[in-house]
Amino acid sequence: MNWTLALPEIVLACIGMATLIFGVLRKQDSTLLCTMFTIGGFVIAGFLVYTGNYGFGFHGQFVADPFSAFNQVLILSGAALSTILALDWNRTQGIARFEFPVLMLFSTVGMMIMASASNLMTLYLGLELQSLALYVLASFARDDLRSSEAGLKYFVLSGLASGLLLYGMSLVYGFSGTMDLASLHELLVQPTSASPGLVVGIVFVLVGLAFKVSAVPFHMWTPDVYEGAPTPVTVFFATAPKVAAMALLLRVMGTSFASLVGAWQLLVIIVSICSMLLGAVAAIGQTNIKRLMAYSSIGHMGYALIGLAVGTSSGVRGVLIYMVIYVFMTAGTFGCILAMQRKGKAVEKISDLAGLASNDPMLAMVLTVFMFSLAGIPPMSGFFAKLYIFLAAVQGGLWTLAVVGVLTSVIGAFYYIRIIKVMYFDAPAERFDARPASLSFVVAATGLFTGFFFLFPAPFVSAAQAAAAVLFR
Amino acid sequence: MLFSIAVFAPLAGALVSGLLGKSIGDKAAMGASILGMVIAAICGPLAFFQMSVGGADPSVIDLGTWIESGRFHVQWALRYDTLSAAMVGMVSFVAMLIHVYSVGYMGHDARPRYRFFAYLSLFTFAMLMLVTADNLAQLFFGWEGVGLCSYLLIGYWYDRPSACAAAIKAFVVNRVADLPFAVGLALIFFKFGSIEFAVIFPAVAQHGADTYALFGTTYSAIETIGFLLFIGAMGKSAQLGFHVWLPDAMEGPTPVSALIHAATMVTAGVFLMARMSPLMEYAPYALGFVTFVGASTALFAATIGCCQNDIKRVIAYSTCSQLGYMFAAAGVGAYQASVFHLITHAFFKALLFLSAGSVIHAMSDEQDMRKMGGLAKIIPVTCTVMWIGNLALAGIPPLAGSYSKDAIISATYASGTAVGMYAFICTLLAAFLTAFYSWRLLFMTFHGKSRADHHTLEHAHESPWVMLAPLVALAFGAVFAGWALNAWFIGADWHHFWNGAIFNGPHNEVIENLEHVPSWVEGAPLILGLLGIALAYLMYIRNPLLPVRLAQQFGGIYRFVLNKWYFDELYDAIFVQPLIRLARVLWQVGDATIIDGVPNGLAELTSDGSRQLVKFQTGSLAVYAFVMLIGVVVLVGIFMLSR
Repeated sequence: MNWTLALPEIVLACIGMATLIFGVLRKQDSTLLCTMFTIGGFVIAGFLVYTGNYGFGFHGQFVADPFSAFNQVLILSGAALSTILALDWNRTQGIARFEFPVLMLFSTVGMMIMASASNLMTLYLGLELQSLALYVLASFARDDLRSSEAGLKYFVLSGLASGLLLYGMSLVYGFSGTMDLASLHELLVQPTSASPGLVVGIVFVLVGLAFKVSAVPFHMWTPDVYEGAPTPVTVFFATAPKVAAMALLLRVMGTSFASLVGAWQLLVIIVSICSMLLGAVAAIGQTNIKRLMAYSSIGHMGYALIGLAVGTSSGVRGVLIYMVIYVFMTAGTFGCILAMQRKGKAVEKISDLAGLASNDPMLAMVLTVFMFSLAGIPPMSGFFAKLYIFLAAVQGGLWTLAVVGVLTSVIGAFYYIRIIKVMYFDAPAERFDARPASLSFVVAATGLFTGFFFLFPAPFVSAAQAAAAVLFR
Repeated sequence: MLFSIAVFAPLAGALVSGLLGKSIGDKAAMGASILGMVIAAICGPLAFFQMSVGGADPSVIDLGTWIESGRFHVQWALRYDTLSAAMVGMVSFVAMLIHVYSVGYMGHDARPRYRFFAYLSLFTFAMLMLVTADNLAQLFFGWEGVGLCSYLLIGYWYDRPSACAAAIKAFVVNRVADLPFAVGLALIFFKFGSIEFAVIFPAVAQHGADTYALFGTTYSAIETIGFLLFIGAMGKSAQLGFHVWLPDAMEGPTPVSALIHAATMVTAGVFLMARMSPLMEYAPYALGFVTFVGASTALFAATIGCCQNDIKRVIAYSTCSQLGYMFAAAGVGAYQASVFHLITHAFFKALLFLSAGSVIHAMSDEQDMRKMGGLAKIIPVTCTVMWIGNLALAGIPPLAGSYSKDAIISATYASGTAVGMYAFICTLLAAFLTAFYSWRLLFMTFHGKSRADHHTLEHAHESPWVMLAPLVALAFGAVFAGWALNAWFIGADWHHFWNGAIFNGPHNEVIENLEHVPSWVEGAPLILGLLGIALAYLMYIRNPLLPVRLAQQFGGIYRFVLNKWYFDELYDAIFVQPLIRLARVLWQVGDATIIDGVPNGLAELTSDGSRQLVKFQTGSLAVYAFVMLIGVVVLVGIFMLSR
């Protein structure tokens, strides 16, 4: 039993529990300290992942390989960025409690386990650990009606999705006799040997995971939860869990069911096209910027799913690069949204951004970078994300997906660029409150990444290449 | 090394005066530009003498990779052989003199002059890149570069509508001719797999039988390429049909006319023929066409030149006519004679233009010769050099033109072909007309009674030395260039001099035969030239009323020629007006209605769809769960059906 492979998760969980005990026992407000511990925990875990060994642990239920390491580092970055952003915002909104970072931390542990799962049971364990923490986080502003509603909606629908997932897993187990991803792969080397029950099970597993990445038609929760949840939680929702769920989806489809790619490819294509279309079209009419970002993230997951639909390791590479770029530009955009406060009260309307260019030119410039990136305009990173994905699609012969992707990008550009227009050409609205330093830091860092990714794409591409090589062998 | 400096010094001058002109001031910018030119004018001719006298070997100076794309490989490189060295020497020297002259000529211009000098130097650089190109892409770069600079310089006085129109006309006519040139270039790549001269030339003989199929007909590939390249050359060198832009280009400042529209740019087409001689030699039909067009242009432009009243336009049509001579020579295989005439012509034509500029300068910007006359006493130096220029142009021995022009006329006769004979007759007649219009110009401008108004005459003055010095230098060239270069270019030892830079086919013995033409052929141009001068004397000095009476008597012919054979009107009716109508239709129907309408409609549709889609988002949990379950059912259904 090689438990050292799970050292990052174990260490992080221990730090989480220690922080919790510290917070409970300390009489004064310890939000700041606990946040610092949490971020420290993320850093340590990231270091351990980076330096850790590869291999199977816990009797094959747990795997550490380049793919898991890549996703775990990305999950930790997303979580760390959200935690930093949450600190000042929670304080001004009066929901600063030390449990907040701790819940983030536990959710992150769940996600890391998801990324390392090599068994359907481990997968479910990680998924539930992250979900339970997320339910609480969504309704963290418990005196706010919208927040409570968001938490409840997410809980019920996520419960339904988990049910479907579990049902699918039980079908898979029932018809194959194993829950080990690698054994499933060996069993299904001959695609014809797959029984109908097993196939139905696969669809259910796919649906359960599609819910987590909020792909159409399992996206219905996304706009409501994104809008209702406290904004730092929305940041978290939009970044780390998406990576974890996408990693899981890639892992399951790319190892166990890799040889059945011909069978499930069509489903992924349908889900991908629907997500891209809905993400592009439904966002046009939105006036609330968080809701708009919800549709935007639905659309982006649609683009990322193209890479899965291709069903090759170059497709997976595209997805992984996409997720990296997506996490940073989304975190940065939400950072800008978090800066939208007037006299200590958060505002969320797009029209509130009017004339930002004259009130706060730096913020307007960075947000412009993010919007161009989200729209996929070169030389911002978002363009390269789409480039690698469409490249894989074209190489894989999936022209339809590439064409739909390009068309929906054009539609999407409309509402992203409209925000720029509002910032630069509309009559200035009232000023926002001064930005806290932590926020400026995150926005600047992610903005630099987004704006200058084109200068140094090589390390990311080669890391993604190494990670993707694990799947679809 | 000298060679590279000669090419890049003008670029440096152009960059300094163009980019820094505003900050370092007009004088410094002009200085930088002229310094670059002086350096080039020292290095260029030296590089030529290194080759002609010093016997340096032809070489290629590699400057780096330009395009690397699959099989398509283009290198920046300077080709150093007799042809390019002669061209570089001539271009850099003449351009330097014109730069100096411009200092005086543009002195009264109110605008800052650094822009003018930057364009002028940039033009020189582009021309040098053209003549030193080692591949067709670089040649095309220079080709387009000179075209651009020509556009910028013709339209230099951008507040004059006529200058802008002339600039656009020049650019568009050149563009039209550039298309066949570019197609020819592509065809060369298609057939030879490369556009490097070093690859193309040795391979021409093997590709002689290649065919090229278009619209179900097959053509000989080499012939097709030859025709396409020549059409490009026709545009740049203002040959019959494409000549319409050249007279209008006189709207630019006179130094520009001298540099671009006489000495250098317009000879690019002739240069192209000489450069591509290894290929053209295998395209006899294309060559026949070259001779035909060249000879026709020589005669046609000379007739128009006889009736024009604008001093610059007379010289412009004369240029057109002389370029026709060069093409006629190239077409019969006497590329050496055509390049020889190119070089000598550069001297005396630049001289004529610059002295015309000096006249215009003296007459307070008056260009109409009917308002001149009797200026010989007022501006004697200008008058003298202009006489020299015209003597050279008319081919009076021993001036430059007599060597090169007579060589061309003999060559057309020596070729012995039918089209050669046609060219022989055309060029002989043109020689007569050339002498006539040259002396018509001289007599109307400098001799006889003055027809200028009192006010202008009072202000008439000789140009400053900065303008006269280049004139004198060019006059020396016009007198001695033919005598000095004759032995090298077409003398007994021409094989050794050209050293393979120009290729003559195995059966092409035109240059050898030059020496063996009958003596009446050699003497005819001179006699006809003298007759032309005599006629001009008769009509404009002895009996000044005669031209008027003739014009009345033969009104139809006179108007036909005066209006330049109605080419502009014809083109306007055939091309310009229909295109304007088409453009209007495309604008109003195509663009405003269809192209704008479709996206507007699509956008309407999208935002409508958006409103409908969002209706699903009711906020009700039951609906959300229901949509999810429907999704599952649909996916399972599709999965079961599709596997």
